[in-house]
Amino acid sequence: MDHFDPVLLARLQFAFTIIFHIIFPSFTIGLSAYIATLGALWLRTGAERHHLLMRFWTKIFAVSFAMGVVSGIVMSYQFGTNWSRFSVVAGNVVGPLIGYEVLTAFFLEATFLGILLFGFNRVPPWLYVLSAAVVAFGTLLSAFWILSANSWMQTPAGYELRNGIAYPTDWLKVVFNPSFPYRFLHMVNAAYLTTGFVVLAVGARHILSGNYVEGGRTMMRMAIALLAILAPLQLLIGDQHGLNTLEYQPIKVAAMEGHWDGSKPGDFAIFAWPDEKAEKNLYEISIPHGSSLILTHEWNGLFPGLTSVPAQNRPPVAPVFFAFRIMVGIGLFMIAAALFGALLWWRRRLFDTRWYLKVVSQCWWIGFVAVISGWIVTETGRQPWLVWGILRTADATSPVPSASIAGTLALFVLCYGVVFSTGIYYINRLIAQGPMGPGPLPAGEYAGNRPISAAGGTE
Amino acid sequence: MEWYLPVIWAMLIGAAVAFYVTLDGFDLGIGILFPWSRSERERDQMMRSVAPFWDGNETWLVLGGGGLWVAFPVAYAVIMPALYLPVIVMLLGLIFRGIAFEFRTISHSKTGWNYAFVIGSTVATFAQGVILGGLIQGIPVKDNAYIGGALDWATPFALFCGLSLVIGYALLGATWLVMKTEGPVAARARGHAVWLLLAVLVCMAVISLWTPLTQQRIADRWFSTPNIFYLWPVPLVTALVAYGCWRWLERGREVLPFLAAVALFLLGYLGLVISNFPYLVPPSLTVWETAAAPASQIFMLIGTLFLLPMVLGYIVLVYWLFRGKVREGESYH
Ligand code: HDD
Ligand code: HEM
Ligand code: HEM
Repeated sequence: MDHFDPVLLARLQFAFTIIFHIIFPSFTIGLSAYIATLGALWLRTGAERHHLLMRFWTKIFAVSFAMGVVSGIVMSYQFGTNWSRFSVVAGNVVGPLIGYEVLTAFFLEATFLGILLFGFNRVPPWLYVLSAAVVAFGTLLSAFWILSANSWMQTPAGYELRNGIAYPTDWLKVVFNPSFPYRFLHMVNAAYLTTGFVVLAVGARHILSGNYVEGGRTMMRMAIALLAILAPLQLLIGDQHGLNTLEYQPIKVAAMEGHWDGSKPGDFAIFAWPDEKAEKNLYEISIPHGSSLILTHEWNGLFPGLTSVPAQNRPPVAPVFFAFRIMVGIGLFMIAAALFGALLWWRRRLFDTRWYLKVVSQCWWIGFVAVISGWIVTETGRQPWLVWGILRTADATSPVPSASIAGTLALFVLCYGVVFSTGIYYINRLIAQGPMGPGPLPAGEYAGNRPISAAGGTE
Repeated sequence: MEWYLPVIWAMLIGAAVAFYVTLDGFDLGIGILFPWSRSERERDQMMRSVAPFWDGNETWLVLGGGGLWVAFPVAYAVIMPALYLPVIVMLLGLIFRGIAFEFRTISHSKTGWNYAFVIGSTVATFAQGVILGGLIQGIPVKDNAYIGGALDWATPFALFCGLSLVIGYALLGATWLVMKTEGPVAARARGHAVWLLLAVLVCMAVISLWTPLTQQRIADRWFSTPNIFYLWPVPLVTALVAYGCWRWLERGREVLPFLAAVALFLLGYLGLVISNFPYLVPPSLTVWETAAAPASQIFMLIGTLFLLPMVLGYIVLVYWLFRGKVREGESYH
């Protein structure tokens, strides 16, 4: 068994568990904010429609959040189990960031989640809605700290090295390291976009099926209003993010663009097959000088190519290259879908244009794929470094035999496969049933237009 | 400063672990007791009694693990690889029981998720006991890295610790049900609690004899003078608390048995701390040898001193909001 490379196995295990984990935060960060918004609308207008939608999405939220929590707890232990050298080398710097995440975010989310899910009969409406807002805020804080930690690994700052171990010198520089602002905005926006498309798709489905037209319309309007702003914004943030990466991790950008020779201006490859042995792209279809224009804003602008560093210092090119194209492709599609929807809405044709409804009703998954692709760009593009310029991935592993890692990896695949596929199946069913559906809505909760006051206590 | 900081951090992490064990202990205990329930309605009631709290309770585990990493990265980097398999099995157990809360209410048939809840809770608890036992029996270290094999932890002692913790959490769960539920569930839990209490005492006695007999350093800690003069009250108080717990259970008290069970746990925990301080990775690495850079410990300490009281504040708020008993048939969401 020991001829399996433990580094590769550890990477596979980390990639597998984090990809599963990130699926849920991408949805819960956005969904909690949407639920809080619905709650605020309900408090202001008193409309039953908003209340019903809030309760509907809260049930879906509960399932997703539970899966996010259990897969997240796995992540926090992976640092020690699989990357114990990393824990020692970077622990002084990254450790406190994760520590602050637990103290500011995880407790906040977990505690107020209890009120959001179970407190409806026990607390006054304002506290109930406030809890939703606090949960949403908690997820943002969580993203803040974890992305700060991740960004520090991409663009370390505010530290000094002694005997190969990083010691913090300036915490502000550590937390607000050069790539952090871009990564934070880009990821949070990504989470909102992801949720926006799920809500849009569900709204369209309810209109198409005629089950719950009124709620479907509300969902679609809210989603389009948000997406028409956020989708174009994501392009701007992503562009700035890329420029920042060009400054600090030029080789990653070269891999994203499939740009080998830095002495020539870069074309933007729409499709190509990067061949790492031959150090060039096969079957390339490209826009001449496209990359140079995007990255340097000049027709003949130059930026470093992959061949500027020895092969062992390059990231794997193909995954970065393709993942980047998938993400950007989805980003452009999102802009088109959102703006076209806004146009239809303005022309008052939104709810009768059936082909549009049919297309967006199938688009619930695109945000998730874009998020995962984005992370593959970021993380794979960072290879062979784990902490850029400080620690190589190959030097960061734990003294654990391959057999243990392979065995537990198999267990993870098996368990996650069972658990998360049923989870997604259940979420789908909840969505299909809709707010009025036969699901486990206990009678009595929808007794009146007004929520039962806290004084009434239970039942 | 260099001397105090690690000690303060050891105390903070010790507190986080104590919170974790008592809080998640009772909700894991509910899972361990699940097989003795008689109907879905009863199981709903049992789950409902912990549903608003379990997520927050489990967060203490993240704080304990995260805190260890923040304050003692070297210890974290030694312990996790050494106890790799039990740690991962624990995580998998926690996954199954965690999602069972939600999945059970939305699936058409509850049976499968009932099993997931029971097995997940029991496996996670057993693994935690094994982790504890693995720590106590000692971890071989060289140059600040683990040098043992993948299965070094699997000794009779560690497995016995696993079993003990299952029984212990079941006691916490049973006394919690006595306090938070009514009707047949509460009555049956009261009956179970008495037996579990007895079993817990046996386990505590066995571990208290086993450790000094096999570990000279622990025997020295307890039985050498002058330590023995300070330490003899620990077993005595434990005996008194256990007696109280039994009396209160017999007399139909509702809150006191739970508090006594918690106290019993804390006393056992105190005993372990006495046995092992100042080692974080017995028998080789102390809190000072594994500490993070002072700058990191201070940065985190400042935040912790502000944030922890806040966290405790809103945790108390939630327990207060959900005070009172859960009746049979009370709705889930
Ligand atoms: C604080 C640290 C941190 C954070 C927030 C993330 N990652 Fe990461 N990621 C790592 C720390 C890391 C790592 C420990 O550095 C890994 C493990 C092995 C490696 O190569 O880097 C890694 C690898 C890694 C890989 C495998 C790349 C490869 O081995 O070629 C993928 C696909 C991801 N990550 C994806 C993600 C996703 C989807 C994240 C969003 C939640 C994410 N990472 C956040
Ligand atoms: C390696 C990286 C990561 C680790 C170690 C990690 C760890 C965790 C843990 C332990 C939890 C459960 C907390 C609880 O008990 O409530 C969690 C949940 C969460 N994580 Fe991660 N996480 C990682 C990556 C990320 C990233 C990159 C983001 C955001 C962009 C993120 C956002 C969240 C959010 C919002 C939650 C709470 C919501 C939910 O559970 O769905 N995480 N994470
Ligand atoms: C529309 C055009 C887009 C551009 C130009 C763009 C650009 C980028 C770039 C350059 C990176 C890598 C940064 C680095 O590793 O240093 C990145 C990462 C990422 N992208 Fe995009 N992106 C776009 C759309 C999207 C969309 C639509 C989503 C998801 C809904 C998304 C989600 C992500 C995520 C999650 C990451 C990894 C985290 C990060 O580094 O921020 N992106 N993006």
